[in-house]
Amino acid sequence: MRHTLALAALAAMLVVAATAVALAGEESLTLRPGPARDLTAGRCAICHSLDYIPGNAPVMDRTGWQKTIQKMRERFGAPISDPEAQQILDYLAANYAGKS
Amino acid sequence: MTTRRELLLAAAGGWLLGGTAPAGVGALAAEAPGAEPLESLPGKKPLIRRAWRPPNYETPLAGLVPLYTPNDLFFVRYHLAVIPEIDVDTWRLKVGGAAAQRPMDFTLHDLRHGFERVTLTAVNQCSGNRRGLFSPRVPGVQWGNGAMGNAEWSGVRLREVLTRAGVAAGAVEVVFNGADLPVLPATPDFLKSLPIERALDENTLIAFEMNGKALPHLNGAPARLIVPGWTGTYWVKHLTEIRIESAPFDGFWMKSAYRLPTGAFPGVRFSTQENPQTTPITQMLVNSLITSHVDGAHVKRGAHVELAGKAWDGGAGIAAVEVSVDGRHSWQAATLGRDLGRFGWREFRYRLDAAQPGPLTVAVRARSRDGATQPEKLTVNPGGYHDNIVQTVTLDVG
Repeated sequence: MRHTLALAALAAMLVVAATAVALAGEESLTLRPGPARDLTAGRCAICHSLDYIPGNAPVMDRTGWQKTIQKMRERFGAPISDPEAQQILDYLAANYAGKS
Repeated sequence: MTTRRELLLAAAGGWLLGGTAPAGVGALAAEAPGAEPLESLPGKKPLIRRAWRPPNYETPLAGLVPLYTPNDLFFVRYHLAVIPEIDVDTWRLKVGGAAAQRPMDFTLHDLRHGFERVTLTAVNQCSGNRRGLFSPRVPGVQWGNGAMGNAEWSGVRLREVLTRAGVAAGAVEVVFNGADLPVLPATPDFLKSLPIERALDENTLIAFEMNGKALPHLNGAPARLIVPGWTGTYWVKHLTEIRIESAPFDGFWMKSAYRLPTGAFPGVRFSTQENPQTTPITQMLVNSLITSHVDGAHVKRGAHVELAGKAWDGGAGIAAVEVSVDGRHSWQAATLGRDLGRFGWREFRYRLDAAQPGPLTVAVRARSRDGATQPEKLTVNPGGYHDNIVQTVTLDVG
């Protein structure tokens, strides 16, 4: 599928809207309160529902989240700045790091 | 189904009491994989939700009991969240690439009427099936046993379509793209490749029907790739483009994802994609699943209890399934059900003697026609793939 970037982004947004309606339910999940919760939710939910976070929490420690955030930024192009990445890491490590 | 998960959850509970848990982590248990929320997607009966978007839903154990997994209970697995509904009248399958002699497009009508119709039964299992049962646990969708199913797939041979477009000498891989797209243009689109030999294998299909009905939207309508014996990552859904290439494909989903430590597992090698460190996952390993009982199930004393389940492998076919009730010292043959072909799963049944009250621990292992058996120990790998260790359940006889 080759489009110009602008067209692809526009098409993606339109279809996301349609898909989101069809697969409703994800808005029922609210992340735990804490510093940078809204930043975390906002950035992560661009591409995926937030249940990926508690779903992976039992597997994760701070290092795991650091690697995941790095992967999302470098491999998947997540629009997260360096200072934002630090805040998101602190939030996830404090609230969703359940690796025993 | 829940043996190791229950143990893991119990272990997780241990650190809550131990006082080493991070602040606020106590509520995790309700959100952990063990919670198994059942939810309905459009066109589907309730499935176990692992994630809403991209949608990842697995089949509950009861859905793996029928010989053919019903379409509305078949698992759903996506990497990318943009999943367009496709108009079959305007849909085209584009076949081209550097090693295609006559690039051309096909309509669904062209595929249905221009080629021999082929039907085969095959297990479709996600590479990461059972990742959530791994110990130590690894990141990724925390699947239980249900990221798999067995279906009858109908369509046309990929090799006939490729031949129509002309396979040039020097073709090494065939690349597949589907209509699903990433949200962000910077995210790698989900493209996969196959070695040319596997693409030209008579059992590799472009399917438009599943169990005699049109493919469900969430299982790849209007047409998807069927690669019997190989894990689900290659079974590209919503096919839109096929490229016959003269060089190895270097996309993210081949070069960086779905890879195993080189030499760690058996299975056919994907040599054009292999390096000294890692190699692509290819065939499924011989495996089995008890579908009649979950760990801890209560059974009535004195009754003959029938244990049942399924066994499958990467395409050799199942030779035998064995059951042990004495701590894996001795093994007895289970009765095998109908042979659905070497790519389908094989039902097994075994009558247990439940005369004595108390716990009855049962282990099951399958053996493939190529001699491979299920191992006792997990080969840990970063992707959480290929969990085919011998399954054990303990029944509560009383």
